[in-house]
Order: sequence, then structure tokens, then C-alpha cells
Amino acid sequence: MKDIEVKGMISAHAIIAAAVLLATLLPVLLVQGFSVYGTHLLWLYSVCGAVASVNITIYWLLGVSPPSKKNTLSSKLNKAFLSCLYFVLSCLLFHAVVVLYGAPLLESALETFSFAVLLSTLTTLRCLCLLGPNVQAWIRVFSRDGAMSVWDTSLQITTACSVIGAWLGAFPIPLDWDRPWQVWPISCTLSATIGFLTGLVLAPVWIHWHRKQLTYKSK
Amino acid sequence: MKRMGILALLLWVCVLFYVGIGLFLGGFLLVRVEVNRSSSCADVLLQGEGPEGGFCPGEPRFRRAVVLIIDALKFEFAQYDHTNPVPRPFQNKLGVLSELAASRPAHARLSLFRADPPTTTMQRIKGFTTGSLPTFVDVGNNFASSAILEDNLIHQLDQNGKRVVFMGDDTWENLFPKRFHRSLPFPSFNVKDLHTVDNGILRHLYPTMEGNDWDVLIAHFLGVDHCGHRYGPDHPAMAEKLTQMDQVIRAVIGRLQNDTLLVVMGDHGMTDTGDHGGESEKETDAALFLYSPSQLFSPTQAEPEVVPQTDLVPTLALLLGIPIPYSNIGQVIAPLFPQAPPAGGSTHQLSQAQALWINAKQVNRFLETYSQAAKDLPPESLAQLRGEFLRVSQEYHALLGNPPSAPGHTEPPPGMQEVVLSLQRYLSNVRETCRTSWARFHPLKMAAGVAVLLATCLLCYAISELAGTLAQGGRNPLWTPAVLGTAAGGSLTVWQLLFWSRVELLWVLCGAALVSQLAFFWKAYGMNKMEKPKKSKAGPRCRPLGLPDLSAPLCVLFLRCASLFSDSYVVAEGQVATFLLCTLGIYVPLRLNWDGQLLPLGTDAQKPSPLFLAPQPSPSASPSSVRRETLTLLGCVALLVASLYFSLSFHGCREEQGNCEPSPFLAPLSREQDSQLRNLRYLLSVASLVAWVYLVRSWLRHYGNLNCPSPAVFTARWLLPLAAICVGLYWAVSSTPEESFRNLQDVIRLSLLVLPRAVYALLGAGVAVVCLNPLTVFLKTRQASASSLVPPRYRASTSVSPQAELHHLIPQIYQRMRKSLEEEAAIAGQEEDRRPAVEAYGLGTVYSAPLFLVSVLLGLGLAMLHPEGMMLSFLLLLLEAGAILHMHSAATTLSSARGFADSFMVPWTPVLMWALAATQFFHSTGHLPTFPSIQWNSAFVGFNHSDSGTLLPGLLVSANTFSAHILFAVSCPLLLFWPLVCEPQAGRRGRMAGDSEEDEDAVMEMRLRESPDRFSAALLQLGVRYLLVHGAQLLASVCAAAILRRHLMVWKVFAPKFMFEAFGFLMTSVFVLLGLALVLRVDKAVSSWFKRLLPEHSR
Repeated sequence: MKDIEVKGMISAHAIIAAAVLLATLLPVLLVQGFSVYGTHLLWLYSVCGAVASVNITIYWLLGVSPPSKKNTLSSKLNKAFLSCLYFVLSCLLFHAVVVLYGAPLLESALETFSFAVLLSTLTTLRCLCLLGPNVQAWIRVFSRDGAMSVWDTSLQITTACSVIGAWLGAFPIPLDWDRPWQVWPISCTLSATIGFLTGLVLAPVWIHWHRKQLTYKSK
Repeated sequence: MKRMGILALLLWVCVLFYVGIGLFLGGFLLVRVEVNRSSSCADVLLQGEGPEGGFCPGEPRFRRAVVLIIDALKFEFAQYDHTNPVPRPFQNKLGVLSELAASRPAHARLSLFRADPPTTTMQRIKGFTTGSLPTFVDVGNNFASSAILEDNLIHQLDQNGKRVVFMGDDTWENLFPKRFHRSLPFPSFNVKDLHTVDNGILRHLYPTMEGNDWDVLIAHFLGVDHCGHRYGPDHPAMAEKLTQMDQVIRAVIGRLQNDTLLVVMGDHGMTDTGDHGGESEKETDAALFLYSPSQLFSPTQAEPEVVPQTDLVPTLALLLGIPIPYSNIGQVIAPLFPQAPPAGGSTHQLSQAQALWINAKQVNRFLETYSQAAKDLPPESLAQLRGEFLRVSQEYHALLGNPPSAPGHTEPPPGMQEVVLSLQRYLSNVRETCRTSWARFHPLKMAAGVAVLLATCLLCYAISELAGTLAQGGRNPLWTPAVLGTAAGGSLTVWQLLFWSRVELLWVLCGAALVSQLAFFWKAYGMNKMEKPKKSKAGPRCRPLGLPDLSAPLCVLFLRCASLFSDSYVVAEGQVATFLLCTLGIYVPLRLNWDGQLLPLGTDAQKPSPLFLAPQPSPSASPSSVRRETLTLLGCVALLVASLYFSLSFHGCREEQGNCEPSPFLAPLSREQDSQLRNLRYLLSVASLVAWVYLVRSWLRHYGNLNCPSPAVFTARWLLPLAAICVGLYWAVSSTPEESFRNLQDVIRLSLLVLPRAVYALLGAGVAVVCLNPLTVFLKTRQASASSLVPPRYRASTSVSPQAELHHLIPQIYQRMRKSLEEEAAIAGQEEDRRPAVEAYGLGTVYSAPLFLVSVLLGLGLAMLHPEGMMLSFLLLLLEAGAILHMHSAATTLSSARGFADSFMVPWTPVLMWALAATQFFHSTGHLPTFPSIQWNSAFVGFNHSDSGTLLPGLLVSANTFSAHILFAVSCPLLLFWPLVCEPQAGRRGRMAGDSEEDEDAVMEMRLRESPDRFSAALLQLGVRYLLVHGAQLLASVCAAAILRRHLMVWKVFAPKFMFEAFGFLMTSVFVLLGLALVLRVDKAVSSWFKRLLPEHSR
């Protein structure tokens, strides 16, 4: 494990976290009538956009994604197209799963889909950036001994945290507190984002804690 | 340990749970002490006063009274709104009440009559005849309405020579046996029957009124209530019924004489779906209408907005000149009495203050008696009330102590109003004190109950961990705890007899339970110590598997239990269970992937990792078979999640859930008015019925269990479809609208009784037959060639149908079985060549087939007890159970492919899923943990109960309510069998891939017979784990009820939830025991079958 990799990961995480915070704070100053509860979807899209753009830029600049065998334009285009397709598919999949978990089917379909987009941005997009459109690699990463680099471990942790956060977010909905954030899907999106941020913080801490045990083998 | 030992151990665990429940119930639901004394005219109410200060100071104001009770007459029904142009069926139908109240305000008045919960008819009759408050525990007596022992209005009327004529609901006849001068009861139990009671009353009402042999006439109409139960208030039938009631009231008013009082009242209201029993305003707000041809009200007085139901008792008593019942705590309705004794007329008429004073004296006397008989009223509030009474009595005597000397004196004395007010305040305070303290608890008993339950849960966990050791031990581990427990119970009894001179059974049981638990824990500790060195020798593999394997299901179980502590989550329980089940379903593949078991071992994954220290992958771990299992697993997860999603559409609605529409499938088909939709829904139900039967039969056929001529197979082949046909016909008959086939009514009525009874008989016969002879194995003897000792395994082609494959598979099983048996019996195998080969079809599923069959038979019967549309939900239940079983077996195969979990132990995850599915389908069959949502209609499926006891209807209703619990409990052992049933596929694929091995024969459930010790250990563990999961939920709901006993929602949410959970646990435990007993029965039958077979063929 190289120290430089860990440092790169920490700074990348810091930038992503900062982007999430900025995406929340900037519109408050710039857009009139913006609030996280009131104009929830707007907030959601701004966070999605920020996370997506920052992720893509960072990982492109850092060059973490696996080197492709062919470095032609057509293969790159192909890859980009596949990535987009995977992203859309994952949005649909998340939408379906969320509906199966009990979200309303027709009433607030837009909200549900936006939530699915957010979840995809927090999980699938990072997978796409780090591993490329390669499902085999994804499945490998999410097994006990599948992580092959610091990046993989961080991906495991942030993804798990986001999904668990989204899952936990469903808990306050049935309570009779009558708070604005109990409305579908605000609690879920908020706690998914919070889970993601926690994951960003947790990943370096965890890696630091287990640095003795972590011995990555390259393929 | 012998097989019976397992049952005994489980039974002991169940009994411990029951003791815990009993203790908690004893502390949580206190019964009010009934004071069995009655008032009489000669009573001296206050020391120092003579009998003239008692109940009967003079002539009564009314000689006669007509009381018309219209069951479930909601206040809304009695109102009349002129401005409403399009009234709903239940609006503006009882015009006579408001008409009279407006036109003759001094003679008639309509007021809101507030019932005390529980709003069930028997409780209400008790309430407005005795004038006391019911306690929670009385609810259960609705079926067994036993005679009222407390002093009541009917008793007083009878005592004082009034001739009471009663007609209507026969509950009265049970409550007041032999009290009536004349009684015309009509059967009340059949909710579907709208007219028998009402028409019966109408035949006799007018002649009786015109005759002269009555003083008080009570008529209790049931039509409105039954109409609500059957169709709901918003139905044309309700309009018809209310219009009829309007005509009845008009006719009665026309026949009233001047000395007669008319009371028209509802005993409770109804919800929007026509049910009642709870304490929502819709259920408690009934209507009260008082009328008399002579002047009744003094016109100047403001009317009370709300009249509590108990207030009718003292009012009627004083108006009719009889003593107020002894235990009454209601107060007289003041406006019915003049403020001052009227001028002229009889001086004997009571004034407001006098009436209230008599009332207050009676209530004070009751409080004195009650506080001597029972200690549950807090002494400080008693002292306060006593002080208040003294003050009020001084005020009263100062003002009116001496009867007014001048009779012509009409003006009320100046302080009069204050005295009246303080008397009223006193009476309200008494009522409030009683109300709060009759819901008082017994904390010590509650704590003891919680302790016993907690210890039992821990005990279950200990047994499940030590199951292997317990099953191997020679002596039954139950001996010491049983002996010690009995000894403790006995000594406690003696101690109680010596010191208290009475025995309280609950404490004896508590002591016995705790001591026997301690004894068991001590023994288990010893065993564990003995076990530890063995385990450490066995290798480190056992340890690391323990904890992480437990964590996720444990977390889900914890969440489930925690959710019982919040009223919002209890209200949304159906969704909570679905959510958690969905989570567990998705967790299973994720977990397997995390452990690297989901995908075939690629070249990259075969690196040595600490977890893959397993000996060597078994042949079934070949990539193709792993891929197959993975696909099965994912398919089953999808099926599970989909059926979870669809099952959400069968939920009912609690009153707390604001914008919730109950599932349309919950309403019986006869309520549907659009005939096309009705036909469609009927077809849907029948289609799912057919699918249910077809799935079961095709499963049995696939595993070769439909071949032999044994009675169990006969059941599966013929009885099951026949019963299904009867169910379908029954639905058809019961949903035909009454009007359409007038000339066939007798046939319809008959078939409504005969068809369900036929189903009961068929299913009962089926279950009995399966229990008597559970084997579904077909033997085919044939002369085998010499080479058939190791028969050709399979044909090479893959296109062989499953039946054909099994054709070859089963003989092998038998060969193997026989070989092992022969080794045991030490029979030398010299004659091997000439031995006939035997084909035994269905041997691989010899355990699961009868169990499956019995659960399916039960399921069919239970589905019949539900509304027709619920058959869809039952089909989903079958699919979901299948999905869980397949997921479990695929997960087991996948993990055993890597060398883990080679024993029969069922892990926690599937057990928890099984238990959660029971809760989930409790909700998805339209049930809710509230009393009004109990589907009472199920008591009439096949029975008319006009006179039968309470046992049968009770059984039917509880079977209906807990059908999901019953089904999942009985079929619980399937979790143990399913991985074995699904095994051959994995084995076969492995062999096809080329690496066949001699010992990898598909022996399916015969594995269990090869190692009987591990079999019984696994059975014990499974049973105990399933009980533990349910017991943990029970414990959580008990703790919630105990901790939140002062919560606003305790009687609405937590107490009913606890009662349902306790009763559900009772059903679950009983049926788990029955299911395990069936398995043991099959085991015995298989043993004797082998014994019979062996000499036949091997000699």
C-alpha cells in the first residue's frame, strides 16, 4: 500500500465532501427561495450534479480507472456509451427496488426517480469511474477479499454507507411527528447523502486503522 | 435423547412462555371487583336520615316506559339536515326524532349518547343497566354472555313489582335470565341476517303495547347493526333499515299514553366500515332520544351536550320510582327534573337537587362498600372524595335540610344552583376517579411475567446453541428442571397455605417456572463447559462462523422488536414487517457475494484465503452448478420481493391511518353491487384456488409422491381437489345476491351450511388419513440383472424429463438405504447378485410430502374462513413460502459447496424470514392487531350458531385471525427438509460436469435417517429457534405494554397488540408442536416400513 495512494484518496474524498456542501450552500445564496425541504428536488439535482462532475473530474485527472487495452477513440466512445447505459439502468433498478420497498408507485414517481438518480450518483457512478463498465469487477469488489486497492476499499465503504443511509432514512417516515423532512423522499435522500458523507470520512479512518492487515494483491 | 424428549423439551419451553404470559396478564389486565349487593327502597342511605331520605320518597313520575334500543344507532343517523339535497343512504332517514325535538321541545329531546369503550353490545347492555364502567378484560366475554350478578335496572324493576316485557336480541335473555315478566328473544348471532330479530319484534311490539300486562317494555332491534356489519353504512340496505326504524318509532309514539316515557337509544355507533368495538368517536357516539306525551323537560334549561351512557341508569330509576342500582356511578340527567318542585301538582315529584342528592348518597355508599371490598382505588383520592361529599351534604342540608314548609313556594332558593352544580361536580369526580383507577396495574406480577419471559428467551437461545449435545445426551435433560420445578411449586403452595391461608396459582407457577429455568441453566452451563474442550479440538472453524453469521438477522430482529415500542410503528406494522422481510431477502445474495460464494470459483478467486480452509470443494461446486444455484437464488429473491409487494395490496386499515383505503378484496363479494365486477372477482379467486391446488399437486408429482395407492396419496389426488371444488361452490353460493334467486332460497340456505361442512369433513379426513399413514412411497419390485447393484446412474441425454430422471434416481436411494441398514443388521451380503432391486418412488421426500400436504389442506380450510378475495393472498403466501424455502436451500447448497454448514442446522436468517412472513401475512390477509378488525363473519362459515356454545365460533374466529401464524408454524420443519429435497439437482449437475464420485449419491431426505442424532438435534434447534423469534416479539410487545402503560395509546394500540401477539404466540407454539409431532410420526412410519421391507427382500 502506497502512502501516496492513501493521501490521494483522502484529498479526493475531501473535495467530494466539499462539493456536496457547496452544492447545498451555494444555491442558498444564489437562488431565491431555495431551501432543502421546500425546493427539495432542486437541492437533490444540485448535489447530484456536483458529485457527478467532481467524481468524474477527479478520477479522470488521477487516472485511477483501469487502463483499457485499446486506447482508440472508438473504444473510448464505446466505454462512455456503456457507462451512460449502465447509469440509466442502475437508476431504473434503484427505482424498482425503492418501489418494492414500499414507495408509492404512481403518486410521486418523479420524486422516487430523483431519489434513484441520487442513489445511482452516489454508488453506481463511483463504480463506473473507478472500475469502468465491468460488472464482473463490481461483483468482485463487493466481496470480502475482493478489494485490490485503497480505492476499492473506499468504494466498498462509501457505497455501503450510502445504501445503509438510504435504508435508515425510511425509518422516520411512519412516525407521527409531522416534521417537514418526514415527507417522502426527503428523509431518505438526506440520510443517503449523510451516509455518503460518513462513508467519505469513514473510509480513510478505517484504512488507517487496518493498515496492518490490508495487503492488496495486484492481479 | 429419544424423539419424544424433543417434544417434551419444546412443550416445557412453551409452558414457560405461557406462565410468563399468564403472570403478565394477571398484572396488566385487572378485573374490577363486582359488588354483589343490591339497593332497596328500605335502604338508609345516610346515617341519621330515615328511609324517607332513601330511593322511594314518593310516587314515581312515570308509571310505564318503552325503551327502544336500536343497535348501533349512531348519532349521525339520528340527525336530520334539511339543507342536504342528496342524502347518503344513512343520512336523513330518521326524520321523526329531530322533527319532534324541534316541534315539542318540552316533550322531546335528542342528545348525543356517549358509550364507554369497549363498544361491544354485551358490554354496553351491562353498562346502561348497572351504571358502572366495564374493564378491559370483559371484552372477551362477548361470546359467553353470562348472567349479570351486579345490581341492575332489570333486577330493580323486577324487585319492585314492575312487569318487564322484553323482545329482541337474545343477549338480554342470557344476561338477565328469568328476570322478565315476558320475554321474546330472537337469535342475534348471525350477522348476515338483517331481518329475523326486527321482524320478530314488530310482530309482537304493537299488540303488547296495546295490551295491559306490562310496565316496562324493552325492544332491542339488531337490523341496523347487522346491516352495518354486512354492507357498511353506505349501502341502500341501510337506508331501508333506517326508514323502517323511523316508521317503528312513529307507530310507537302514536300508541303512547300520558304516563309513559319513551326512550330511543343506540348502544354504540359504528365506523365507516360498519364495525364497532373500539373507542373512536365514531364508535362511541350513539343517539339518545327521550319523549313523553306529558311534559318532560323544563323548557328554560340548557340541554347537556353529551350524555354519558351510565347516566341513563339513575335517571330511569328515579323517574320510574325504583332504587338506583347499587354499583351505579352515573349521574341523573338534570334537565329531566324540574329546578324546583312544581307548584300545585303532586309534591312528590323530585326536584333536580333532590334527585342529585339521592344519586350522590347512593354513589357515596357504593364507594364506601367498594373501598372495603377492593383496594384498587387510591386512598388519597378516596379521602378527597369523602371530604367533598361531606362538604356537599352540608351545603345541601343548609339549603334544603328541612323540606319547604310552604308547598306553594315555586321559586328555587337562591343557593340552589350552586348546590346542584357542586353535586354534579362531585358525581363527575367519582366517575373520573373510578375510570382512572380501574385501569390500574399490578407491577410486581408484571415484572415477574417479564422476567419469566426474558429467562425463557435466553433459555431458547441456550437450547438452540446446545442442541447437538442435548440430543446426544442419553438421559432427558428435562428431568432435573422438572423435578426441581415441581418441588418449588409444591413448597410455594405449602408456604402460601401456611402464611396466607390461600393459594394464588400464578405465583406458584411463577416460582416453579423460575426454579426449573435456573436448574436448566445450571445444567446447560455444565454442558457448555464439557463441550468447550471438544470444540477447541474440532478446529477454529466453528468459532468465527458463529458471530458474524448472526449479526444481520439479529439486527433485523432487534429492529422488529424495537418497532413494537412505538405506536406509529405498531400502526404501520404490516409495512414494517414487509420492509424488514424485503431487507432480509436482499441481504441473502449480498451476503453470499460478500463471502465469495455467489459466483463460481474463477481462477482468480481460488487463491487461498483464511476462509477457504475447507477440505476440498465438493463436486457440486462446479461452476455450472454454482451458476445454476445463483440464478435460482436470484430468481427466488425476485419472487419473494414481488410477492411482498403484491401482498401489500391486501392490507386492512386502522382507524389511526388517516388516508388509507382498506383493500377492496377484504369486502365479501356479496357487498359488491356491480355484477360484472363481482363475476370478475369471483373468477380471480377461483383461478387462484386452482393455481394453489395445481402447484401443490405438481410438486408432489415431480417428486414421485403421487404414485402409490396409499391413503395419503388418495388424499392428495382426490380429497384436495374435491375440497377445493366445494370451496369454490361455497363462494359462488354465498356471493349470490339474495334478491336474484328468490325461489331457490331454501337451496341456497342449505348449501351455505352443507358446502363448508363438507369442506371441513374432507379436510379433516385428509389430515387424519395423512397422520395415520403418512407414507407416500411407491414400491416397485423387479428382478434386476446382476449388474444392477450399482445401477446406471443417468442417461446421458439431458432431455430426459424430470419424472424419468427420478425414475432412476429413487432406486439408488433405496439401494443406499438398504446397504446401510444391512450393515447395521450385520447381514452378510453373500447373495447380492440374486437380490431383487426395488424401486421406491417418493422416498426422497418422504418427510416433507406429508407435512406439505397437511399444511396445504389446512391452508385451504383457512382460506375458506376468509373473504373470497383473500384467496389471492393465500396464493401469494404459497409462492412466498416457496421462494423463502428455495432461497434457503440455494444458499445452503452454495455455502456447503465451499465446505461450510454441512450439518442440518437451519441458520437464523431463514427462520427469521419464516417468522416475519407469518406476521406479514397476518396483515396481508386483512387482519390488524385491533379488536374491531376481527373478522367475526368467519364464525358463520358453515354454522348458524343460534344456540351452540362459544367454543366452536371462538375456534373458527381464532383460526381465521391467526391463519398465517398457523400455516407458517405447521410448515416450519420444511425449512429443515428443503435443502435436502433440492439437493439432487446440485448433485446431478455436478456429475454431468464429469467429476462424479461414489458417495455423492442423491439421497435427499434419507440423509436424515442416516444420522438420527443430528436429525433430532436439528429438529430441536429449528423448533426452539422459531419459538425464540416469536417469543422475542412477544417479549417486546409485553415490555412495550408494561413500560408505556400510561401512554395515551395504551388501550388503543399497545394492549391490543400485546393480546394479539400473545394469542398468536399461543397458536404458533401449539402448531409448531403439532408440525414436529407429525414429522416424528412420519419418522416412526418410515422405520417400520423399512423393517417390513428388509426381511421381505433380503432373505
